Amino acid sequence: MLFRTLPKDGLRVLVEQMIGEVEVIGPTRVADRADGRPIHHFLPVASFDDIDLGYETTEYSAKTYFLPFVESLSTFSFDAEGWRQEIRYELEPRAIVGLHACDVNGLLKLDKVLARDHYPSPYYIARRRNTFVVGIDHEPCDGGFCRSVHADTVTRGCDLFLTDLGDRYFVAIGSDRGYSAMQRVGSSEVSERDSDDYLEVRRHLAAIEQPAIPVHHLPNILDLEFSSELWARWGGRCLSCGTCAMVCPTCYCYGVTERVSMDFARGRKLKRLYSCNLVDFAEVAGGHNFRPDRETRLKYRYYHQHRGFVEEHDEPKCVGCNRCGRACLSGINPVEVIRDLQTEERA
Amino acid sequence: MSTPFHVFDIARTSEMLEPVDFNRRDRLTHVDRCFPAEIVNVIRLTGSEKLFQLRIVDRAERERFRFKAGQFVMVEVPGYGEIPISISSSPSKPDILELCIRRAGVVTGALHRARRGATVGIRGPFGSHFPMASMRGHSVLLIAGGLGLAPLRSAIYDTIDHRSEFADVRILYGTGDPGNLLFDYQYDEWRRIDDIDLQVIVERPDDAWTGPVGMITDLLDRIELDPARTFAIVCGPPVMFRFVCARLSEAGMPMQRMLVSLERRMHCGMGKCCRCNVGSTFTCLDGPVFDFWTVMNLKEAI
Ligand SMILES: Cc1cc2nc3c(=O)[nH]c(=O)nc-3n(C[C@H](O)[C@H](O)[C@H](O)COP(=O)(O)OP(=O)(O)OC[C@H]3O[C@@H](n4cnc5c(N)ncnc54)[C@H](O)[C@@H]3O)c2cc1C
Ligand code: SF4
Ligand code: SF4
Ligand code: FES
Repeated sequence: MLFRTLPKDGLRVLVEQMIGEVEVIGPTRVADRADGRPIHHFLPVASFDDIDLGYETTEYSAKTYFLPFVESLSTFSFDAEGWRQEIRYELEPRAIVGLHACDVNGLLKLDKVLARDHYPSPYYIARRRNTFVVGIDHEPCDGGFCRSVHADTVTRGCDLFLTDLGDRYFVAIGSDRGYSAMQRVGSSEVSERDSDDYLEVRRHLAAIEQPAIPVHHLPNILDLEFSSELWARWGGRCLSCGTCAMVCPTCYCYGVTERVSMDFARGRKLKRLYSCNLVDFAEVAGGHNFRPDRETRLKYRYYHQHRGFVEEHDEPKCVGCNRCGRACLSGINPVEVIRDLQTEERA
Repeated sequence: MSTPFHVFDIARTSEMLEPVDFNRRDRLTHVDRCFPAEIVNVIRLTGSEKLFQLRIVDRAERERFRFKAGQFVMVEVPGYGEIPISISSSPSKPDILELCIRRAGVVTGALHRARRGATVGIRGPFGSHFPMASMRGHSVLLIAGGLGLAPLRSAIYDTIDHRSEFADVRILYGTGDPGNLLFDYQYDEWRRIDDIDLQVIVERPDDAWTGPVGMITDLLDRIELDPARTFAIVCGPPVMFRFVCARLSEAGMPMQRMLVSLERRMHCGMGKCCRCNVGSTFTCLDGPVFDFWTVMNLKEAI
């Protein structure tokens, strides 16, 4: 990575320039809770002032801009000759400003599955490559445990990453287009004072208290506790609503359905993000369901996050953002479930 | 100053300009593009199963399409949906694909209404295959229950096509009612091949049935096998392969020489939708064919 510094109003210039050229997405304050805490969403913005870079967290991650909740995979046109399949990929350049480290790391995890593994997905790669990502450092959010899953810092995966040094930003440049963007605004070489200030901020962020949950031995623990009654305890509360997967920056599973237009001239193959907690996730023809009860489905979600993904990619499929924990109406949250797993006493 | 935003047109990258080839699973390709394939013939098997013979329409695509016994394809019926179906025909005759399909719901229902001349879409082949190459030089036990004969038939053909490379070949097939026997018109043909032993058993015989009656494991009791030089392929519902594999284990066969084929819900065939996940394994990528040792070690497999 190359480093530069950018005066505070340089960022405004940069973002306003982008807004003039492409769609820009940023954390936007959409409402306040009863207790006064704000609610933020990643939404398209019309000006730099719409963006609230001081946001703590968003209810939904920004994954929808890479993996839309509903996406058309292909369309079919029908006529007397038969059918023809047409495929279009997303080609509109876009910028997302203000992703926190966890969300940039979430994208890196999605990259592993969707851009690099077997059968790289052109739908995802097209969106990813056409999206300019600007990340920003922040103080850990309430209930987050990003440090435990090594998702609190960013070394790659975005075009620019900003750290607030008070009167200026310290900018890590992660791509050539990030570099050209910095060329367009008045950025400067990094001085010794800049580096010192940057390291000071890093030390400050690292010193902030956060729940610490060791996850490196979870693959074994999960096997050991496969039949533990703790799954019934937590699973018994699960509403099988799928919210946790929807808000999660790294959940990518889906279902495919087809729709036909009223005049039977066109068909559409739709991909919809799904959740392994939904009742028919593993149901096959004939009605057999491989995971009929909610506790096995909930267990499976933790299995994929902390065992399956680790086996394949040597890291958990969780960035510790605690969005799932905050969104769950039943109070099922990863910190407590994982702590429970680790302290489970077996008879 | 120049803009940092340049359209990245994925459809024009060099890899995407190459013909679609699902066998090269690490390459970027149009993963959702299916090959139009004509239904050449529809063969009625039983009241609920039909055999579809398909030919990929485009000649170049047809010539590139090669598969191994045990693999599956995703069959697209535009407007209805896409489903995984095992290839039932011989890998040495990849020009005409045979798929044995049970009427089970929306997509299979649409297929059962389709007539010859209609066009469906094919993506694939996907998944792991039976280790036919490692099996050469050994005796083989090919065991199927019910619809399990559909994937097994590909392995039967592969064995017949390379008969001299195998020692004893035994085919055991069991089903509930005689009326549900698949490919009954082929038993005589297989039996007439020198040194192929085919035995069929039913649980609930009708008046016309003259063959053995009972469970598939009853057939196993009647045969002698040399566990040290035998491979077994077992296709059928989980209860069936669990019993069969337990019996084979008792007889001294190593679990790694028993191959089974798992069925799970599948929406992509490419390790992306997660629907086929078992424990931490994707059935569409690492399966559907697994050795029994692996299956025993997969949490929640059976
Ligand atoms: C590897 C593999 C090989 C198979 N081989 C054969 C075969 O050779 N012959 C055969 O008759 N059947 C086979 N099946 C089962 C076949 O895929 C299902 O019967 C079929 O998907 C049912 O689709 P439907 O739309 O008719 O049923 P519906 O019940 O209407 O299903 C709706 C949707 O659910 C999904 N779905 C439902 N059941 C299954 C299932 N069992 N597996 C995967 N997805 C499912 C599909 O996406 C389907 O479009 C195989 C399944 C797998 C996984
Ligand atoms: S864990 Fe919570 S959010 Fe997730 S499906 Fe269950 S009830 Fe819904
Ligand atoms: S599992 Fe929960 S804490 Fe982990 S990345 Fe997903 S939403 Fe965040
Ligand atoms: S079928 Fe989609 S992951 Fe296996």
